[in-house]
Amino acid sequence: MVITIKKTDFENIVAYAKSKLPEEACGLIGGSHGEEEDHIEKIYYLTNIDHTNEHFSMDPKEQLAAVKDMRANHLVPLGNWHSHPETPSRPSEEDIRLAYDEKAYYLILSLMDEEHPVLNAFHVHSGKVSREELKILS
Amino acid sequence: MILKVAGEDKKYEEGLTLKELISLEEVQMPEYVTVSINDEFVEKENFDKTILSEGDVVEFLYFMGGRR
Repeated sequence: MVITIKKTDFENIVAYAKSKLPEEACGLIGGSHGEEEDHIEKIYYLTNIDHTNEHFSMDPKEQLAAVKDMRANHLVPLGNWHSHPETPSRPSEEDIRLAYDEKAYYLILSLMDEEHPVLNAFHVHSGKVSREELKILS
Repeated sequence: MILKVAGEDKKYEEGLTLKELISLEEVQMPEYVTVSINDEFVEKENFDKTILSEGDVVEFLYFMGGRR
């Protein structure tokens, strides 16, 4: 499956995640399902209540507000995103264990090389990870 | 009684507990779910003591977290 993200949203995620360094940053993605592509239409920036560079937990109150906002704007919850400040853009064992929804996209932004951030999208199904094509639209 | 569960109106028997609703809704990984009723979060230890009422708005929020 292909998922698209607007270039401005990509740039905004990178800027936000950099602003939160050294902590991991996180959020949700809402959008729409197409026949051949899914489209990210809105990025939600949520507080990492763990406030560390090693793990993240999203603020439940902000999560609830984001879910309501998606519903009000007719957006489908597509998944979530988080940053890896010091490690590559791939799900960790803990990320995989906690990935409850096989239909969700898990976007991981690596800031290992701050000048060259890497964003990848994954599905996790029964503990198996597949990398999905992420298309950045200019 | 009618409950609004994750944005949808659903009919359930009176006296239903939150724990029973979680089971009936087949919530995945229930040990990681956070629940709000009418925008108030419910502590996990109260899931089986919480009886739902007509018109309650219930949201299931899945724990979203991870580790590098």
